[in-house]
Amino acid sequence: MPELPYLSLVVWTPILGGIWVLLASGARSAPAARNIALSVSVVTFLLSLPLWAQFDISTHNMQFQEKSLWIEAFGIYYHLGVDGISMPLIILTTFTTVLVVLAGWEVIQFKQGQYMAAFLVLEGLMIGAFAALDAMLFYVFWEALLIPMFLIIGVWGGANRIYATVKFFLYTFFGSVFMLVAIIYLYVQTGSFSILAMHDVSIDFNAQVLIFIAFLLAFAVKVPMWPVHTWLPDAHVEAPTGGSVILAAIMLKLGAYGFLRFSLPITPDASHALDWLMIALSLIAIVYIGLVALVQPDMKKLIAYSSIAHMGFATLGFFIAFRLLMAGDTDGAALGVEGGIVQLISHGFISGALFLCVGVMYDRMHSRLIADYGGVVNRMPVFAAFMMLFALANSGLPGTSGFVGEFMVILSSFKTSFWIAFLAGTTLILGAAYSLWMYKRVIYGAVANEQVEKLQDIGVRETLILGSLAVAVLALGIWPAPLLDVMGATVEHLLQQMAATKL
Amino acid sequence: MSFVAPDMTAATPEIFLLAATCVVLVVDVYLPVRFRMFTYHLAQASLVITAVLCLALFPDSPQVTFNGTFVSDTMSTLLKAFILLTTYFVFFYSKIYLRVRDLFKGEYFVLGLFAVLGMMVLVSAHSLLTVYLGLELLSLSLYAMVAMNRESSTASEAAMKYFVLGALASGMLLYGMSMIYGATGTLDLAAIREHVAGLESSSLILILGLVFVIVGIAFKLGAVPFHMWVPDVYEGAPTSVTLFIGSAPKIAAFGMLVRLLVDGLPGMQGDWVGMLTILSILSMGVGNIIAIAQTNLKRMLAYSTIAHVGFLFLGIIAGSEAGYSASMFYIIVYAFMSLGGFAMIVLLGHADFEADRIEDFRGLNERNPWYAFLMLILMMSMAGVPPFLGFWAKWWVLQEVVAAGMTWLAVVAIIFSIIGVFYYLRVIRMMYFEKAENPEPVVAASDMRMMVSTNALAILALGIYPGGLLALCVSAFSG
Repeated sequence: MPELPYLSLVVWTPILGGIWVLLASGARSAPAARNIALSVSVVTFLLSLPLWAQFDISTHNMQFQEKSLWIEAFGIYYHLGVDGISMPLIILTTFTTVLVVLAGWEVIQFKQGQYMAAFLVLEGLMIGAFAALDAMLFYVFWEALLIPMFLIIGVWGGANRIYATVKFFLYTFFGSVFMLVAIIYLYVQTGSFSILAMHDVSIDFNAQVLIFIAFLLAFAVKVPMWPVHTWLPDAHVEAPTGGSVILAAIMLKLGAYGFLRFSLPITPDASHALDWLMIALSLIAIVYIGLVALVQPDMKKLIAYSSIAHMGFATLGFFIAFRLLMAGDTDGAALGVEGGIVQLISHGFISGALFLCVGVMYDRMHSRLIADYGGVVNRMPVFAAFMMLFALANSGLPGTSGFVGEFMVILSSFKTSFWIAFLAGTTLILGAAYSLWMYKRVIYGAVANEQVEKLQDIGVRETLILGSLAVAVLALGIWPAPLLDVMGATVEHLLQQMAATKL
Repeated sequence: MSFVAPDMTAATPEIFLLAATCVVLVVDVYLPVRFRMFTYHLAQASLVITAVLCLALFPDSPQVTFNGTFVSDTMSTLLKAFILLTTYFVFFYSKIYLRVRDLFKGEYFVLGLFAVLGMMVLVSAHSLLTVYLGLELLSLSLYAMVAMNRESSTASEAAMKYFVLGALASGMLLYGMSMIYGATGTLDLAAIREHVAGLESSSLILILGLVFVIVGIAFKLGAVPFHMWVPDVYEGAPTSVTLFIGSAPKIAAFGMLVRLLVDGLPGMQGDWVGMLTILSILSMGVGNIIAIAQTNLKRMLAYSTIAHVGFLFLGIIAGSEAGYSASMFYIIVYAFMSLGGFAMIVLLGHADFEADRIEDFRGLNERNPWYAFLMLILMMSMAGVPPFLGFWAKWWVLQEVVAAGMTWLAVVAIIFSIIGVFYYLRVIRMMYFEKAENPEPVVAASDMRMMVSTNALAILALGIYPGGLLALCVSAFSG
């Protein structure tokens, strides 16, 4: 039996499904639109499962490859494939999109068809970016996904949405075009747009540094790293709940994924030479942004800042590995990189869940300010239990997924330097402080006002959404081995690429 | 001295178009007003037949005829085909625009056809004289078209400005040509090339000639600092004329650029690359920055044209065959995007309302999501966001610039293009994020809707599969 092109299916099903939703919603049957959207997202999720089931964990080679000529004149290929890093991220994407479609079920009244369609198209483009093995194909997906996100924040966002979305678009576009120049430069050097070919080409040191910086501009904006993070709090606060979830759970991962796919293997020498910079930026994100999160009066903003801090862990894990590789400690290096990747997946679940929690409250109270709440537990006990779990996971409680990644990264930093580990470790205090303090002010205490008094606990739909995320958070926290197994061979190969010089 | 009849076959499309235009002119004179539509159909038929002739006579190798003044090669044939195609769209949109506003006159199409003839001669020029001939036929027709709406004072002002500055530029060009003729003793572009190639170093008079020629070209394309006419003419002219000026003549001007610099003066590449680099950077900078301040969409698109011309130059600056192909691709893509942008203005306007302010697009998504989506495609494509066609145009010229070892120039270009994104986003923002003041649905003729949709969707479809168009442009300059 010829194998199905699963990757193409998961890329194009949501995109074509999105167009279908648009056409269906044009025929003025709004409920039809959301039903189609839900079916499309569920089908996509199911189609993505064979990627996990049939994944061969013993090899670092790209799997499920599809390759056909796209633009003959330049040898640009429609080349898809996944390894142990991108495959889990694709599953995360298909999983989260189902939840986002459900989350917008009743809340979105204005142009619901367009809303659903935008998310489906966005899903396809993000998966395309994760799966692309041709640099131009990657770039096309990477840039194209700005358009639906721009519209999602701008059309369905809060009061200050236009400022936020334009800022988001310009920041990201700014970073990306430098990456385009770097890709073109690499093409001129290698004569191919294949990312795998770019991994093998040797480049002199100065060129590597420039390429690294060009990629850094693109990925650091997306991650986001301090000091180019300022678009994120604005975008998160103004975005509709679904937009925040996708932004935090998946789009930020694209930046981190870019480091793993481009920066580290293509410019290992420059990455090594500049690892002090990356480590410093990551630590600033962890410590300084953690402190900033502490004082936020707005729940969404608080979670946004906490996202930046948590993503700092991922980048710290990737770049601390260079220090350990130099010291000959391959296991320690693997711990750092794997910890970073686990952190990506885990943060996808936790931040998505927290934004959904805020969304649940916002739908009822139309306020995101912590000060407007208090005593929610008296009226919404089930919801309070769920949010408790996610708040604890966000602060890195052992047994939840938040602990695994952070612990691995801290452990590997400890092998390098006590002080790096110490600074990274402050997150356990800061994270607990801002997560739990927010939780305490919002959920506990006496019922704060009449509006809280009138709150209704979550219904079946919301329970389903939060419940599935809770299962994911706990499963990954208690038994992360399957995920580590999947990425093992790939990370090992990546470490070899990082350790080899390309001068 | 014996007279040898020139080989006419290479110029058959031009000869046919000339004859057809004269027929249209005469027929229109004797046609009762109520049958005016016939003029339009006749003009469109002439374009189609000319295009068919062009493609049927596709030359295998360059054919030079009329005593070395006219050439038909792959590039000229392709450019002509695209000029005819864009003009077909232009006439169609104009028909809608002019009829609604009671400006529907046969002269518009006759002048348009003459302009097309001028463009075709221009891109097939093999001698300085033919260049000038084609250019003037084109320009004079355009001056008259801008002034066609006699009642409008802004149109008259624009026409006057266009004419005076255009005449000045033509004068510059002619002056430059005379210097080149003086230095080389020939008008034939191939002979000039050989003569310049034989020189040890370029003489002062040749360089001066080159400077004037470039000034002329820069004016016609609207490159900074010779861009002053562009915004005024774009804004002042009736939209039907603006969309013409903004599309097909740009393709022809690119043809002129290639004929003069690449075919005629490749020996002076070192000199003109520097000049074009300055023009390019200035155009990208001024165009993109001033466009931000515009509230009128036609003016904004005028400044965006200026910025695009800066990008167009990048491929020529790269100085390789691939670079010229990239520029050709760029100008063709640009012509289609610009066409679509102005067509949206035509589409949204009606008898006494010109939808030419950005404000007029407010809340378009509520009034008609389909049109808003089409405009989204056009704006994103102009901004150079994938997967639309405009992205590939920018990507290719950047790539050739990097391949030529001028990565710094590519970086300058992308910085300006980031600035450029801002004003394209403004239009999208207006359509999607603002509430409509009068949420009445947009009424438009079904054929107009079809045509605009085709135009915009082609930009999306070709953006997803750009290979064919890319390969065509590559073929124009290989061998």
